[in-house]
Amino acid sequence: MSEPFILEPERYELHAGPVYVFECDRRDFLKGLGGLVVLIAAADALAQESGRGGGGRREMPRELSAWLHVGEDGRVTVYTGKVEIGQDIRTSLTQQVAEELPVPVASIQLVMGDTARTPFDAGTFGSRSTPQMGPQLRRAAAAARELLLQAAAEHWKVDRAALRLEQGRVVHTDGRAPLAIGTLAKDRPLTAAVEAETPLIPAEKWTIAGQPLAKVDGREVVTGRRQYTSDLSLPGMLHGKVLRPPTFGATLASLDAKAASAMSGVTVVRDGEFAGVAAPDRSSADKALSHLRAEWTETPQPARAEIFELLRKGTGDTPRPAYENGNVTEAMAAARHRESATYTVAYIAHTPLEPRAAVAEWKDGKLTVWTGTQRPFGVRGELAEAFRLPEDAVRVIAADTGSGYGGKHSGETAIEAARLAKAAGRPVKVAWTREEEMTWAYFRPAGVIDVAGGVSEDGTLVAWEMHNYNSGASGIRPPYEIASQRIVFHASKSPARQGSYRGLAATANHFARECHMDDLARAAGADPVAFRKRHLKDARLTAVLDAAAERFGWTTARSSSERGFGIAIGVEKGGYVASAAEIAIDAGTRQLKIVRVVTAFECGAAVNPDHLKNQIEGAVIMGLGGALFEEIELDRGKILNARLSHYRVPRFRDVPVLETVILDRKDLPSAGAGETPIVAVAPAIGNAIAAATGIRLRSLPMAPSGRVDSKQQT
Amino acid sequence: MAKTLELRINGQTHAVPAEPERPLLTVLRDELGLTGSKYGCGEGTCGACTVLVDGEATRSCVTPLDEVVNTRITTIEGLEQKGQLHPVQQAFLDAGAMQCGYCIPGMILGAVDLLARKPSPSDAEIVQGMDGHVCRCGTHPRILDAIKRAARR
Repeated sequence: MSEPFILEPERYELHAGPVYVFECDRRDFLKGLGGLVVLIAAADALAQESGRGGGGRREMPRELSAWLHVGEDGRVTVYTGKVEIGQDIRTSLTQQVAEELPVPVASIQLVMGDTARTPFDAGTFGSRSTPQMGPQLRRAAAAARELLLQAAAEHWKVDRAALRLEQGRVVHTDGRAPLAIGTLAKDRPLTAAVEAETPLIPAEKWTIAGQPLAKVDGREVVTGRRQYTSDLSLPGMLHGKVLRPPTFGATLASLDAKAASAMSGVTVVRDGEFAGVAAPDRSSADKALSHLRAEWTETPQPARAEIFELLRKGTGDTPRPAYENGNVTEAMAAARHRESATYTVAYIAHTPLEPRAAVAEWKDGKLTVWTGTQRPFGVRGELAEAFRLPEDAVRVIAADTGSGYGGKHSGETAIEAARLAKAAGRPVKVAWTREEEMTWAYFRPAGVIDVAGGVSEDGTLVAWEMHNYNSGASGIRPPYEIASQRIVFHASKSPARQGSYRGLAATANHFARECHMDDLARAAGADPVAFRKRHLKDARLTAVLDAAAERFGWTTARSSSERGFGIAIGVEKGGYVASAAEIAIDAGTRQLKIVRVVTAFECGAAVNPDHLKNQIEGAVIMGLGGALFEEIELDRGKILNARLSHYRVPRFRDVPVLETVILDRKDLPSAGAGETPIVAVAPAIGNAIAAATGIRLRSLPMAPSGRVDSKQQT
Repeated sequence: MAKTLELRINGQTHAVPAEPERPLLTVLRDELGLTGSKYGCGEGTCGACTVLVDGEATRSCVTPLDEVVNTRITTIEGLEQKGQLHPVQQAFLDAGAMQCGYCIPGMILGAVDLLARKPSPSDAEIVQGMDGHVCRCGTHPRILDAIKRAARR
């Protein structure tokens, strides 16, 4: 059902050019490597390559998605362009490799997101790592296992069927001394491409995948030894700072850099719209920056109160509906109960705890940049474009990062550090302040959503119309069976830079849809769960709804003026979720408290149930912020609350009792899980508030003051 | 030459060429390579930069150097003793209390201070004690679990 939206995760990828443009292949990763190498072709390349080659040695696939190396020391190194941003993909991919290639988990190392060492990867977003990279690495590991067993059979001149691999050694049923795989890799360097049809161990038989393996580098985290981008240091490295315009859209009219340039050890760069300094230490860089005298030409920017109106104007084009069936106008006119409403969602900031950072170094005309990014190859492209370099003159290494949530797809600090390093002739680190991160990165799009529904005399939802302005089309189509629908996404000209976010627009669309479903159920006199189930055919979605309702105690939950119960469901990126929320409102102060959230989630076979639960809880807690109080205050091109003391994120006191029900479907392929559990949080809470108070809150955030009172009703 | 200040950090004395008003965090990170203390907000509201000053959890990003002369400073790097993790570090590891891990060194030091003051804290006391620490990944339930595990040890 999701075909029309299959490209949606890319809609808000920032494919725009680099922020600054300055005046101004072949990686050979196999060279010099002994041992066994298994290459994994990109899925479509694999399809193209299959059928050719014929007898003898298979041709090397041209488009690689990953590769695996077994060293002469028996260590297994896996190279993938995916990156670890806290979602624990490093651990879960390691488990999947170990499942097919039985070696000690500690002997497997993943090299991730290094454009010189790992094959191209579009990026770590859209919950694609688990469904796409997981099976590819499992295939590579299985192929390596088979090659090693074959090599052992030839070495011992025995039947392959008598051999098995365990703990990194080939074992013969006759009990002879086992053979370490490193020895085999040493004996005969092997290279092979993975066959598309390599059979994989089914999830029902997993013994290493499917288990709650601890984070592979957890000890580095608790000892503070794990190096994030902002922790990196190179010999002779300088600290860089960049001059920021006073408002969005302002251009640099003139710059007086005399005082800054006169400072000892300071390099000042003015290149087009870019102005920045590099200095031996952070405080000198701050001081030098404060000595720059700039004049800016500002352009009019909309006032805060005008933004939703501006977004609703769209771009002037009438878009083709994303989905349409039946005749909505007639069905709506014939309906017994009709409800229409407008919802809004604010811009919010990802607020990763580590602001963007990069370290750049030039050597012999080649550029290397370490940066915390979800798209190392995308950042390489940005750098190549900004500096007019061929891509193979640029190497981007995705360092460990203080998370992203969809917010670190772009290469701002990489470009800034590289430009300053080029001028200074030394490596430069640029680490943004919190204020910079909350102003000059990008936001989850704000939006306006108009939604209307019609229910017939017999309680059937017969008509559904939804228009989303700017916040995005992801998750816009209802999972319900509705005979007449019109679903339209309208692009708008955003006054703020906007981009991807965990769950993307699905959160906004689910908020409007699932709140509206409750209002329609109420109009039709139906129970919200029964009303949803009546219109669901998707058994996986029904299963999570039932599981959440049961754990939550839905059938006995009776809302009162001080206690509310609400539920919402969704399907997105291959994951199925139902969230149920219990809220309390203090009769005197009207203070809102989220008491409990139950989440039922299904994403096929769980690769690591412990980390899956961690991701679900994390998504729910992050969802609380956007649901209740997070809002970027943008007024006339300025962010008014670009600090953690002014932008409220969820804290310990905000965290309710969380209960998680994982439906582990070992019979289904694994889907990603980092995003989807966020989508039903806001509507479940909104429905609980409405059930308690009769007040329908139609704007995210719903309770920035922390209170719910009747003045808020829209 | 800029004058030097002497700081006692993790049992060692360091002479740092720094201005008295400079924040402790940048000295730890940039001068001494103690990068386990993180920058998160620069205004003492997120806890990522937390260190112990004479045992008390302190936001190093808003603490000028002259306030910590003649004190004992402990950073995350100083908690592990002879390869043995501090019980709070071990509890975080055992509870799987981390995602991106960026907030965790500050959380651990905040918890060490909390448990020193209240060896058997109630849930409400842990929430209150840790509320100045931000975890954006939403690992809060596991961090609470880790602190309770550490309290039981």
